[in-house]
Amino acid sequence: MLAIGFGIFLVVTAFRSMTERGIPFTFSFLFQEAGFTVSEGSLLAIEDGRLVWRPFTARDTYLQAFATGLYSTLRVTVVGILIATVTGVLLGVLRLSGNWLVNRLALAYVEVVRNTPLLVQMFFWYFAVLLKLPGGQQASTWYGGLIVSNQGAFLPWLVPTGPTGGFAAVIATALLLGAAAWLIARRLGRQRPVLTGIGSLLAVLGIGLVLSGLPFEVSTPELGRFRITGGIGLSPEFTAVLLGLVIYTSAFIAEVIRGAIQSIPRGQWEGAGSLGLRYFPMMWLIILPQAARIAIPPIGNLYLSLMKNTSLAVAVGYPDLFNIYRTISNQSGRSLEGVIITMIVYLVLSFIISALLNAYNRRVNLRWSA
Amino acid sequence: MLYRKAAVFVLAVLAVGSLAQAQQSRMDTVLERGRLICGVNAVNPGFGYLDETTGNYTGFDTDFCRAVAAAIFDDPAAVEFVPLTGGVRFNAIHSGEVDVVFRNTTHTLTRDTENSVDFLPVNFYDGQGVMVRSDLGVTSVDELEGAIVCTNQGSTTEANWSDYVRRQGWEGNQLITYEDLARTFTAFHGGRCDAITSDKSQLVGVRASVDDPEMYLILPETLSREPLAGFTFQNDSTWRDALSWIVTAVIHAEEAGITSSNLDEIGADETAVDARRFLGIEGNLGVELGLPVGFAANTVRHVGNYGEIYARHLGPDSPFHIPREGSFNDLYTRGGLLYPAAFR
Repeated sequence: MLAIGFGIFLVVTAFRSMTERGIPFTFSFLFQEAGFTVSEGSLLAIEDGRLVWRPFTARDTYLQAFATGLYSTLRVTVVGILIATVTGVLLGVLRLSGNWLVNRLALAYVEVVRNTPLLVQMFFWYFAVLLKLPGGQQASTWYGGLIVSNQGAFLPWLVPTGPTGGFAAVIATALLLGAAAWLIARRLGRQRPVLTGIGSLLAVLGIGLVLSGLPFEVSTPELGRFRITGGIGLSPEFTAVLLGLVIYTSAFIAEVIRGAIQSIPRGQWEGAGSLGLRYFPMMWLIILPQAARIAIPPIGNLYLSLMKNTSLAVAVGYPDLFNIYRTISNQSGRSLEGVIITMIVYLVLSFIISALLNAYNRRVNLRWSA
Repeated sequence: MLYRKAAVFVLAVLAVGSLAQAQQSRMDTVLERGRLICGVNAVNPGFGYLDETTGNYTGFDTDFCRAVAAAIFDDPAAVEFVPLTGGVRFNAIHSGEVDVVFRNTTHTLTRDTENSVDFLPVNFYDGQGVMVRSDLGVTSVDELEGAIVCTNQGSTTEANWSDYVRRQGWEGNQLITYEDLARTFTAFHGGRCDAITSDKSQLVGVRASVDDPEMYLILPETLSREPLAGFTFQNDSTWRDALSWIVTAVIHAEEAGITSSNLDEIGADETAVDARRFLGIEGNLGVELGLPVGFAANTVRHVGNYGEIYARHLGPDSPFHIPREGSFNDLYTRGGLLYPAAFR
C-alpha cells in the first residue's frame, strides 16, 4: 500500500510540475511522422492490405520507431541468451576440468570478464576491435563471398525473386501441416512427436519450393562507391553489443553452473562411474540434468539482466529500444511519455522471460508433493 | 491496524507535500544559493569543453555562463558547470537540475513548444555541415548518395539529414546515431562511416582536435539554419528577462566599443551618456530585472564583450578558428546579424 501510495505521489508530483511549467502530457505524438531514419532494424507494417516485413523509413510514425527499437532489442536479446547459455555451460564444465591448464584458462576468463564493467567491454569490442578491421574499400573477399570489414561481416544469401505471395503461402501451409502432424503424432502416442512435426514441415516446404520453381536467387555482397550492399550482413554495432553481452553473461552463467555441479552429491558421480560411464556421458546424462534444476532460477536472473543490459547499446550506436527512445524524446520533446512506454516494454519483456523460465522450472523440478 | 494507520498518515503527508510547492522565480533560488548552475557541453572544443589537463571548462558557450555569474554576483567564477549530453539537456531544465543551459542548442519551434523551454537571444548563428575524409575524393554533399553517415543524438541533425536525403530522392543511405559528438567522431575517425554531419561549429572543433586536420574536409554546403541560443525554464519571465539582457549586454558592449580594458576609461567620460547608463554609473538600468545596477559593467569587466569572447575561443589565434569578418556572427554594422535590443 505504501509502495502504491508513493508511486501515486511521484506521478502526481510529475504531473503538477509539468502543468506548472506548461508542459502538456499526451501520447498523440506516437502517430506523428518520425522524420528520422535508423541504421538497422525492421518492423511489421501493413501496406496495401498486406503484412510486410520492411526496414524503418523516415515517413513512419514514432510508434513504428518504437516497434523497430523493440525488434532490435529482441534480436540481440534472443541471440545473446542462446549463445551465452551454450558458452556459459561449456565454461562452467571446463572450470571443473581435471586438466590444470584448461581449468586455469577458464578461471582467468571468468575472473577478467566478471570484474570489468560491461560498458567498457562493449567499447573495447566496438572501437578497439571491430572498427580496426579493414575498411570497406580495403577488405578482401574470402571463400567467394564472405567480406569482413569495419562496415560489418557480409555473406551471400538467398533472396526471393518476384512476388513473395506464393512463397508466403508455401511457408504457411508447411507450418500448418507440420503442426497438424505433431498433434496427430502426439495423440497416437508416437515417440518424439516434435521430430515428426518438424520432418513433415521440412518435407512440405521442400516440395512446395520445388513446385514453385525455386523462386530464389543468390545475392552476393558487393562493394559500391561507399557501402557494401547485397547478401546478409552483421553490422559492427550489433556484433559489438552481442559480443559484449555474450562474453559478460557467459562468465556469470559459468559460475552458476559450476556451483550447481559442485552441489550434486558425490554419490551421483560414483554411481555414474560404477555404471562404466566415461566423463562426458556422465556429465551429460547424470550430472548436468540434475545441476540444471539448481541452476535455472539464478540463470533466469542472468537472462533478465542480459535483456536489460541491451540498453547500453546506445554507447556503440546500435539502435535498440532505448537508443531509439532517446532520439524520439529529442525529436518529439515527449521524454516522460516516451520513458513510460520504454519502461513498460522492458517490464513486459522481463515478465515474459520470467514466465517462460518459471514454466520450464516447474517442468524439470521434482514434484515433491505428487 | 497500526500499520494501516501509519500508511494512511504517510500518504496524507506526501499528498499535502506534493500540493504545497510554492511558485517562485528561479532568480530567487540563484540569489539565495550564491552561485549559478549552468548546463554546458563538455566535448565540443571551442564551445564547451572540459580540459583534461586543467579540469576547467573552456569555450564560447561556457563564457556566457561566466557572463551571467559576473552580472549577478560580480564574480565570473561563481558558476558550477554541469556537463550535459544532447539527449538530456532539456530534461536538465525540466527537472530543475540547472538554472540555464548554454549548449550549442538550435532554437526551433518544437523545442519552444513540445520541449517546453524558453530561449534566450541567439548567441551564435550556425548551420549544419558535412565533413568527409579528404582522400574520399568528394567535394560536394551532392555526391554522397549511398554513403554511410554518422551523427550524434539529440540534435536537429538526424532529422535534417533524413530530410536532405529525401529531398534528393536518394536510395541506400545509412545514418548511424551515437550518444554524443565525441563517440560519433571516434567512430568516423575509425572509418565506420564515410561522412559525419553536425553543426559546422562542432565540425570545426573536432577537426582541429586530430593530429592532422588536413585529413578531413568540411564540405562547402550548409544544409540548414541553426541559430544557437541558451535556454531556460518555460514561463519564468523574471529569470528569462534577466538572462536575455545579459546576453544582449555582451553584444551591445561590442557595438558601443566597450571592452574589458577600456570600460573604466569610457565610464569616466561624463559626456558618454549612453555608455554611462549602460555601465550603471548613471540611472539604474537592471534593477527592474532583479539584477544589480551595473550588471553590464560587471559582465564586460570580467568576461569581455562579444568580440572578445569570440576572439578568445574562435578567433584566428585559437585552434578552432571560425572566420568572423562579415559572417552572420558579426555585428550588423559589419554585415552580420548581431543586432541587439536597445538599452533604454
